[in-house]
Amino acid sequence: MLTRAERRRGIAYGFLSLSGIALFVGIAVAALLSWDAGGASGRLFTAYTWRILQFTLWQAGLSTVLSIVLALPVALALARRPSFPGRIWVIRLMALPMGLPVLIGALGLIGIWGRQGIVNSLLLKLGLEQPVSIYGLSGILLAHVFFNLPLAARLLLAALERQPAEYWLLSSSLGMRPLSVFRLIEWPAARRVIPGIAGLIFMLCATSFTLVLVLGGGPAATTLEVAIYQSLRFDFDPPRAIALSLLQIGITAAILFGIALFPNADDADAVAGRATRRFDGRTIGTRIWDAIAILLATIFLILPFASIALAGLRANLWRLISSAAFLQAAWTSFTIAITAGLLTIFTSLAIISAREAVADMKRPGSGARGFSAVLGGMSSLVLLVPPVVLGTGWFLMLRPFGDVARFAPVLVAIINMLMALPFVMRVLAPAIETHRTRTTRLSASLGISGISKLWRIDLPVLAKPLLTAFSFAMALSLGDLGAVALFGSNDLTTLPWLVYSRLSSYRTNDADGLALILGTICLLLTVLGTAGKREAKHG
Amino acid sequence: MADGIVLEKVELKLGAKDFRFDCVLPAGAVTALTGPSGSGKTTFLNLAAGFETPDSGRVLIAGDDVTQAHPSERPVSLVFQGNNLFAHLDLFANIGLGINPSLKLSADDRKAISQSLERVGLFGFEKRMPGTLSGGERQRAAFARALVRKKPVLLMDEPFAALDPGLRLSMAGLLLDLHRETGNTVLIVTHDPDEVRRLADHALFIDHGRILLQVPTDEFLARRDIPALAEFLSG
Repeated sequence: MLTRAERRRGIAYGFLSLSGIALFVGIAVAALLSWDAGGASGRLFTAYTWRILQFTLWQAGLSTVLSIVLALPVALALARRPSFPGRIWVIRLMALPMGLPVLIGALGLIGIWGRQGIVNSLLLKLGLEQPVSIYGLSGILLAHVFFNLPLAARLLLAALERQPAEYWLLSSSLGMRPLSVFRLIEWPAARRVIPGIAGLIFMLCATSFTLVLVLGGGPAATTLEVAIYQSLRFDFDPPRAIALSLLQIGITAAILFGIALFPNADDADAVAGRATRRFDGRTIGTRIWDAIAILLATIFLILPFASIALAGLRANLWRLISSAAFLQAAWTSFTIAITAGLLTIFTSLAIISAREAVADMKRPGSGARGFSAVLGGMSSLVLLVPPVVLGTGWFLMLRPFGDVARFAPVLVAIINMLMALPFVMRVLAPAIETHRTRTTRLSASLGISGISKLWRIDLPVLAKPLLTAFSFAMALSLGDLGAVALFGSNDLTTLPWLVYSRLSSYRTNDADGLALILGTICLLLTVLGTAGKREAKHG
Repeated sequence: MADGIVLEKVELKLGAKDFRFDCVLPAGAVTALTGPSGSGKTTFLNLAAGFETPDSGRVLIAGDDVTQAHPSERPVSLVFQGNNLFAHLDLFANIGLGINPSLKLSADDRKAISQSLERVGLFGFEKRMPGTLSGGERQRAAFARALVRKKPVLLMDEPFAALDPGLRLSMAGLLLDLHRETGNTVLIVTHDPDEVRRLADHALFIDHGRILLQVPTDEFLARRDIPALAEFLSG
């Protein structure tokens, strides 16, 4: 139903973005492969890489299991209590860690669980001496659970809420006890999505960079990504970085392949959507159990946020904001974030319109269909080749041409764009598809096209998803430390890099203040982006 | 004989809507519950099943005051329009849940399950999953569960609405057969005047949360003096 010109344009845009992404990622990987290949292959399986690989997988596995096992009672409790005052806020709180820059989250966790944190001072008073360490494996696990427990809980809750309302009516009418309800209804529903959720969390934890950088460190607690960074930044040992990068690509490929075998975990808009009614769990025992589960999760999630806010407010915020270092970093960060946001929007629009054009063909040849499939896969390429690996490739590529920092802002923006692309595609593609099925025939029959179609038909409807996508991409870029870590220097300082360098030079007070500012900006962007999507109130 | 279902001066407010029901549904008979969308049919059913509790008034089933009783403590079986079966459990488990909600089943129970399946025309379907059945077969399985529960009251919320007309006819026949065998009290919510004619001894017409009419079926179908009812009957 597209005009011929629209179809041609769609294909052309798609081709352009496809070759752009392929070139950017391809050059990075080619640089890795060609740079002193002999040296690298010998370094692939040394005791050192083997240990790092083991630790990467071990901490990811543990984080996954802990996140899901702890999330399950929380999700069950929230599903069983579909209406209590403040429920909506508990669910919103569970979305917050996703919108918070990882580095800021780490700071908040240190504030609570660190040496001077309230948990340890409490335990100290009880006579125990520093039993919880925020550094090393326990800290990494704690942080991964902080970020992934709410994710798992939301996805599990969505799966539980997707169960037909009749199930709960029937189960109570048949007189099922809580254990039977769990065994016969809740667990089967959860079991179907747990493999997908586990795959997702394992992937996030296996490629976790910032948390491990801040909380891990030392050869005993280093993941592949951090090891890559350290071998370039501290030891300047490119063959080792290359060997580790190749290992990383192999691991992510294997995980992605594993995930593809399981059904997607999707929270669509089911979370907090329908007003389900539950008639089970009226006994005092289940009430107490649910209250404890929800309360503990809430406290666990809210404390680090409170710590960020309190510690941040203790800093001299005005002096920080007006300092030259902050202004310079903010300028750099926003330039990169806005560039990355716009790039993400245009790239995803190009990919979507090209796929649309192929779908619109009467008889798409195998070439066209393949093109469409590759376009779809291309948007997730960054999952396969993580930011640090991309950065490493380009770092090696550009080094002969002088100071890498000169090219860094562009590289960071493009890498941020690639990082945001899979998520932005998930927002934009369905929105645009729905819009098209509603309007394409009508617009075609009325002969509306070109600018007037864009202005009168498309923009009014798509403005909101576009804003969501843009603010998400911007927040991601503003809070990202992974892409900038390799290039960060006095010449290139973004806000997260500034926080990180203040933290490493033990100017914690400044770091706390900056963290509060950056966290607030990112959360505001997230809230702004999701403002249109109000969760339905419970009746 | 104890009266089937009694709603005695029941009042309930849900949001902006308020409901007032005062009626006696005779035991051992089939009563059709009709009315426009949003008139309160499902609320009526929920009051009987225990998913809603009245603000005032009493609910009696088979002579017992069940006003404050949990749904599981009421002597009723339920059949909805859909999702009557847990999709991840086979028919044997789905029906067995009607006998014991933790699926602790004796040899006699197992036999009863197989017999009930045979009775509704699903002989040998014990191991089948609901997803492999047609819509009509799924509703038959729901009837089989109602059979093994042996409750004096059967509440149905548009049980045939999702089926095509030919199937509705045969399902109605099955329902009537089972009703005659067990002598249970049946309350069926329906949108279809033909179903009222085919199934019901009595009919109830609800509008805006009030009972406008409760009469034997013949009279119900002949009435033309209530505009909302006339509209309902003309389809």
